[in-house]
Amino acid sequence: MRDFAEQLHPEIEVSGLRIERDGKRLLDIDRLVLNGPGPLMILGPNGAGKSLLLRCLHGLIQPDRGVFRQDGREMGPADRQHQAMVFQRPVLLRRSVAANLNFVLRRQGFDRHLRGPRVAELLAEGGLDGKARQPARSLSGGEAQRLAILRALATEPELLFLDEPTSALDPQATQAIEALVAAAARRGVRIIMVTHDIGQARRLGQDILLMQGGKVAEQAEATAFFTNPESQAARRFLSGGLVI
Amino acid sequence: MQNFAEELRHAMVLILSGDRDLWEIVLLSLRVSVIAVLIAALLGMPLGAALAVGRFPGRRGVIILVNALMGLPPVVVGLLVYLCLSRSGPLGVLQLLYTPSAMIIAQVVLVTPIITALTRQTVETLNAEYAEQLRSLGVSRLASVPTLLWDGRLSLLTALLAGFGRAIAEVGAVIMVGGNINHVTRVMTTTIALETSKGNLALALALGVILIALAVSMTACVSLLIQRSDVEGLHHA
Repeated sequence: MRDFAEQLHPEIEVSGLRIERDGKRLLDIDRLVLNGPGPLMILGPNGAGKSLLLRCLHGLIQPDRGVFRQDGREMGPADRQHQAMVFQRPVLLRRSVAANLNFVLRRQGFDRHLRGPRVAELLAEGGLDGKARQPARSLSGGEAQRLAILRALATEPELLFLDEPTSALDPQATQAIEALVAAAARRGVRIIMVTHDIGQARRLGQDILLMQGGKVAEQAEATAFFTNPESQAARRFLSGGLVI
Repeated sequence: MQNFAEELRHAMVLILSGDRDLWEIVLLSLRVSVIAVLIAALLGMPLGAALAVGRFPGRRGVIILVNALMGLPPVVVGLLVYLCLSRSGPLGVLQLLYTPSAMIIAQVVLVTPIITALTRQTVETLNAEYAEQLRSLGVSRLASVPTLLWDGRLSLLTALLAGFGRAIAEVGAVIMVGGNINHVTRVMTTTIALETSKGNLALALALGVILIALAVSMTACVSLLIQRSDVEGLHHA
């Protein structure tokens, strides 16, 4: 009998995942099981395949081959309806801040009279109250990314993918994003996040996946990864050495 | 030179005095061109958007064809529409030849490729930015079309403006299918051509001034709207 946390956080299994372009193998993962309930942070150098893995998991890219399973059955469009993704560069609709959230709520089937209060609630959560009528594309970088995360959360996802959401932000803006992500994780949203920032992985991560050259170099619980890394790549990565 | 100044003075008198014949021609021109652009927009915008987001065999060829049709020679369009609407033509029973409807049809044929091609370009650029995000939010490729059209609305205004410019300035096709009949199908461009050949320069000049004023004011309005939206971060670059 699986416990409640496991039921909320289904096991995701990736097997035989391959992507090749121009003769170069970009992703090459024989087997990967993601089953921890806490935030999973994916680390690794540029070109390691982190973002590609995220896009494959979310169904945005069709791999050359590979199978994704959720709780033992093949992952399909119905499972992906319970996922959301936030990109490195936030893609906001050319509408007001509130309209960006309304766009999702309308698709979610929210009644018209319930949308307003829900938008206000989301904006308050992201510290964007007072900006509802402002054009979304006039927000600062940090505010825009917060809005992108709020819009993703408005879909009430079980699984939220974040692809380096703070890579271009200052510490204050990063802190606000991390607070949003941590709060979502506490509410039971499963987080899978790509980052280059080891400090961020320490702050947010419960599990760590280190990738290198399209392969998984190490997968471990965060404390074990940071105190006693097993792979040479992880040791070099954590010591500040160049992992290519 | 004195003659020209005199004709121009007469032209301004015609405009400012609200000359009935002159304003009838202006209003008919506007009615024909606005209706033609609206119909062309209803056809061209969804078609352009479908070409931008759709993936099907021969898509590249269709795009090249639509782009090529932007340069359709108006007299050839006039001839084809004439043949279709003439008594012995396939649509002859409708008896539309030498009516404003025939002129609208000719303008729709000329303007639709322009709006389609410019819409395709706008939506394709926007889709390159939006595609992954919309798919992530569960919006299918087909369902993304209204979103892309709405978010590209300011750029699409430029497409409508280009279409309107083509329609209102058109002479060859509308004179062939409209016939330039006084009080029935006489529009600004055909009247300018006719009155100039008759030596009635005042009316031709008055219509010329109005035509240029219309083109300039519409372009200015759209430019201001786009400029304002740039400041608000709504315009799609």
